[in-house]
Amino acid sequence: MRFSFVNVALQALKHNSGWPEQWRNPEPKAAYDAIIIGAGGHGLATAYYLAKEHGLTNVAVLEKGWLGGGNTGRNTTIIRSNYLWEESAALYEHALKLWESLSQELNYNVMYSPRGVLMLAHNMHDVQVGKRHVHANRLAGVDNEWLTPEEAKAFCPILNIARDVRYPVIGAALQRRGGTARHDAVAWGYARGASARGVDIIQNCEATAIRRDASGAVSAVETTRGAIAAKKIGVVAAGHTSVVMAMAGVRMPLESYPLQALVSEPVKPMMPCVAMSNTIHAYMSQSDKGELVIGAGTDAYMSYSQTGGLHIANHTLEAICELFPTVRRMRMLRNWGGIVDVTPDRSPIIAKTPVPGLFVNCGWGTGGFKATPGSGHVFAHTIARGEPHPLAAPFTLDRFRSGRLIDEAAAAAVAH
Amino acid sequence: MLLIDCPYCGMARPEIEFAYGGEAHIARPADPSAVSDEEWAHFLYFRSNPKGALAERWRHIFGCGRFFNCLRDTLSDKIIATYKAGESRPDLGAEGAERRQ
Repeated sequence: MRFSFVNVALQALKHNSGWPEQWRNPEPKAAYDAIIIGAGGHGLATAYYLAKEHGLTNVAVLEKGWLGGGNTGRNTTIIRSNYLWEESAALYEHALKLWESLSQELNYNVMYSPRGVLMLAHNMHDVQVGKRHVHANRLAGVDNEWLTPEEAKAFCPILNIARDVRYPVIGAALQRRGGTARHDAVAWGYARGASARGVDIIQNCEATAIRRDASGAVSAVETTRGAIAAKKIGVVAAGHTSVVMAMAGVRMPLESYPLQALVSEPVKPMMPCVAMSNTIHAYMSQSDKGELVIGAGTDAYMSYSQTGGLHIANHTLEAICELFPTVRRMRMLRNWGGIVDVTPDRSPIIAKTPVPGLFVNCGWGTGGFKATPGSGHVFAHTIARGEPHPLAAPFTLDRFRSGRLIDEAAAAAVAH
Repeated sequence: MLLIDCPYCGMARPEIEFAYGGEAHIARPADPSAVSDEEWAHFLYFRSNPKGALAERWRHIFGCGRFFNCLRDTLSDKIIATYKAGESRPDLGAEGAERRQ
């Protein structure tokens, strides 16, 4: 049933008792044309575009927990496309353009809010890097502009631009089309759209092994709910990509780290935009519920613990208190961690692998949420055609051999 | 925060005294010009990234300043053993399993 004015009104008369389930909960079939491992935003978007744009509807999405329960539900929901290199700017801008019409596309309100993303500079190095990003982005057709501290404060009134603090704000880059979206709704919207087109989303079904035939090509995934055959397998397992790829005997250029976030008690609207600081390492926005959503850094060491050290979160809160003194007495409600897979050049891998039929979409590191629609869109193309989408072509596994790295360490915004 | 036993200082100190050095026991090819691009890429970038026991390097930068190795369970973050640079990775036998409890 579509969400429309008429249906909302009719359902209201029936005390909202007539809404159907948003996606089916099927038993796995013995075989599919393609299997996606991981039902997060990226995996569900991949399945959605496989069904919608490539006519591949005999697809299963396997999820060891519940859909959207991993990093999709743990991120700080920031969307922007102000990356330095042309390859990345094109990929993230592709995603941003899809965000702009995603609610209409999915007939599901993903609450995309282009409220602007401020990236603060605290020293000359920040200013030089920030301005270089602004110029590179404008040449690539991506909006980004440079603000003085006074202009930044006019845009974000609670920002502290005093000169006598440890890390004064001396400038900021602003991407006005950047913003936030509701992360759960993105997973739910794609799940609903994919399921309606025939994709089976199979939750509580953990992949335990990947079978390969005599030629070396993939033939099936063994799961906790039995073996499921498929000639094409797409791995979209975020922090656990190395673990899943090892099932097919493929070693990855990845390391998995815990990344933390926090939310405060809910308050009235006080934070009109997203502000982030790479140097003192903090970023903050306000959810529509009123909670301040705060992103912290990764731990120093790789881990799968989904927690992260308290001193990391503490460091971020110190920075937040200096940037936004008005929040000093607020209490934090929740603090959690997710496991992110980081590549050596901080750019993703959306590619074929040395194993025939096996595809991988990983390495989004600390900033994958913003790319969700674009990532799914180009990965679906890569799986369906067996050749990379033009926008995904630079993001191969082979770049680590050839040396054509896409170094986005400065744009990643999270200090590693 | 981890408490890490520095095998040189002989005492457990908080993690913030240390710098992380990534996966241990990755030897630089003795003759770099003799290896293929593929092998060089694996030496530089490809890591085992295990969910379980990992041998890793740490450096006690705010202490003795020396590199050493650490065997840690990456799921529980429990440190199984620390040992000096140049020593081989401890065998996870019965003793190792016990210490993981």
